[in-house]
Amino acid sequence: MNTPLLHAWAARWQALRHRLPAGRTLVIGLPYGWLWLFFLLPFLFVLQISFSEVEIASPPYRALLSQSEDVLNIALNLGNYRFIFDDPLYLDAYLGSVKVALVTTLFCLLLGYPMAYAIARAAPTQRNTLLMLVMLPFWTSFLVRVYAWMGLLDNEGLINTLLLALGVIDQPLHLLHTAFSVQLVMVYTYLPFMILPLYSNLVKLDGRLLEAAADLGCRPWRAFVTVTLPLSKNGIVAGAMLVFIPAVGEFVIPELVGTPESLMIGKVLWMEFFDNNNWPMAAAVTCVMLALLIVPIIYLHRREEKALARAARH
Amino acid sequence: MTMAPPLADSAKPYLQIVDVVKQFGEHTAVNGVNLSIAKNEIFALLGSSGCGKSTLLRMLAGMETPTSGRIILDGQDVTRLPPYERPINMMFQSYALFPHMTVEQNIAFGLQQDHLVKSEVQERVARMLELVQMSKYARRKPFQLSGGQQQRVALARSLAKRPKLLLLDEPLGALDKKLRQQTQLELVNMIEQVGVTCIMVTHDQEEAMTMASRVGIMSEGQLLQVASPNDIYERPNCRFTAEFIGETNLFSGQVIVDEADHVEVGASELRLPVYVGHGITGTLGMPVWVSIRPERVGLSRSEPAGSCNHDHGTVQDIAYLGGFSIYHIQLASGKVIKASVPATRWREETAPTWGEAVYVSWADNDAVVLTL
Repeated sequence: MNTPLLHAWAARWQALRHRLPAGRTLVIGLPYGWLWLFFLLPFLFVLQISFSEVEIASPPYRALLSQSEDVLNIALNLGNYRFIFDDPLYLDAYLGSVKVALVTTLFCLLLGYPMAYAIARAAPTQRNTLLMLVMLPFWTSFLVRVYAWMGLLDNEGLINTLLLALGVIDQPLHLLHTAFSVQLVMVYTYLPFMILPLYSNLVKLDGRLLEAAADLGCRPWRAFVTVTLPLSKNGIVAGAMLVFIPAVGEFVIPELVGTPESLMIGKVLWMEFFDNNNWPMAAAVTCVMLALLIVPIIYLHRREEKALARAARH
Repeated sequence: MTMAPPLADSAKPYLQIVDVVKQFGEHTAVNGVNLSIAKNEIFALLGSSGCGKSTLLRMLAGMETPTSGRIILDGQDVTRLPPYERPINMMFQSYALFPHMTVEQNIAFGLQQDHLVKSEVQERVARMLELVQMSKYARRKPFQLSGGQQQRVALARSLAKRPKLLLLDEPLGALDKKLRQQTQLELVNMIEQVGVTCIMVTHDQEEAMTMASRVGIMSEGQLLQVASPNDIYERPNCRFTAEFIGETNLFSGQVIVDEADHVEVGASELRLPVYVGHGITGTLGMPVWVSIRPERVGLSRSEPAGSCNHDHGTVQDIAYLGGFSIYHIQLASGKVIKASVPATRWREETAPTWGEAVYVSWADNDAVVLTL
């Protein structure tokens, strides 16, 4: 055996091992890598397209970088963004989307909180069954469920037929293709996303805290407001985000059950992309939407961190 | 079993628990408990887990409603009052401090329910913080406190409303042993300083005996004996109490002499009868149990005088515990009797050792006759 050589190899291996990432870094790095590859990178493409100009070509935009002779030209077109802020159509669409998403979130919270609370307070043996019922709609395709609602809300649909037959009304109610039907179907669709995080938060609530509140002279309703509600804040925030964020960009539901006039940002995006074939404009609309969603989230997150840091200092 | 509840020093009852029964379906958790507590008394309910002591406490707090019976506090029937209307506060075993509130806010919580003016709330919170020596930590959240500090905050919170009755559920159960012993007397001091009637529930006999002026022994939903710690130990009224509190040697036998001033019990496991220097309510030939505490059993190498209260055997085991040793002596009948021998009885090298033949004896008033 050539021992000096072996030692040299061992030393080299040691040196190499120190340069290799540790297991911990690897484990944390994997999801980061995933997000980087499939979220950040595509987003950077979109961001790049939003600063370009339309061109009749394939793909239908001009690249940011061009080379003529020895000169590298970078052409950043801010026109798309200026147009978004100049044309009231976009602002209206954004506001319309945010409004619909806010109302959806509010109703999901109002309906979802009592449901999540009831499931969390149910006997442990019943909880899984109740949770299954909440998740049951997911077993059917989302589109099929929206079409089912169309069947229910239509002028000749189940609801109107039933009400007419019972003599409650003598003219069919105009339910489908209204602002009401959009909200109804959106609340229906997003409700589970509110219930699940709320449930997982409420089920952890220590019942003895409510007993302690009652013992200290607090009536049940006040105990709910002063103990349960503040302690379920994280569940409410998580549920509201899970509903609000996708609801802002919702396209299918307003398209299928909404009015043609109701402009939402998802619809505008679709139109820019597929009808106008204006990729740069669609990309700019996307980037503004993302900024609108992310900035408040970052702000809330910062505030939370500061509050925690303040508590730790005391 | 029903019994007339003995009262501390002829004081008039402040809290009365009358024939209280609690059933959960088929299971009877509390079975006909009668108890009277005097004002400013510290009372301990002692029993092993599942004996019904916690259920009784929860009925006092209002978190459970008795199936039958009544609870009267300071002349007011509180049996069916919801917890938030009772002048009773409880310190929970887990402390149940509100995690989203500071120490200060936790203590103020109960006062705010009474809609006291802000300055009054602040003043009383400050006084409570001072009492439990937690003023420095007023702005902290519970998770930033040690177990002992959380316990103090929980106590302050339950005392802040000046309740007529304070309930302590295993008050020191969540603390480690060393801290527990130190805290026991501290807790009593604080309770006495405020002057509040207090019922505590514990499974730790040392805790009950140290802190309470009277102890109630519970088993299977029934209150077996209510007495001072001293009486509970020295004069147990039943086999359960005698075995539950401390260590004891139990012998079964029959009454063979029944006089007004003394009785004699013949036990098959003992060579000679047991002489007891006081009369009992019983009849000749009645089967009874005799309890003799290990520290009452004396060891000697020479045969004791008299025709009662001694026996001989061989040393089977010795547990050396520093200040005293526990000798396990096997008697001729095969029964093993435990004797606690103080270290001062013999010098180390002259003490009886394994396998040695020794005599055991006890005095006329050392044995307790148990009829139940």
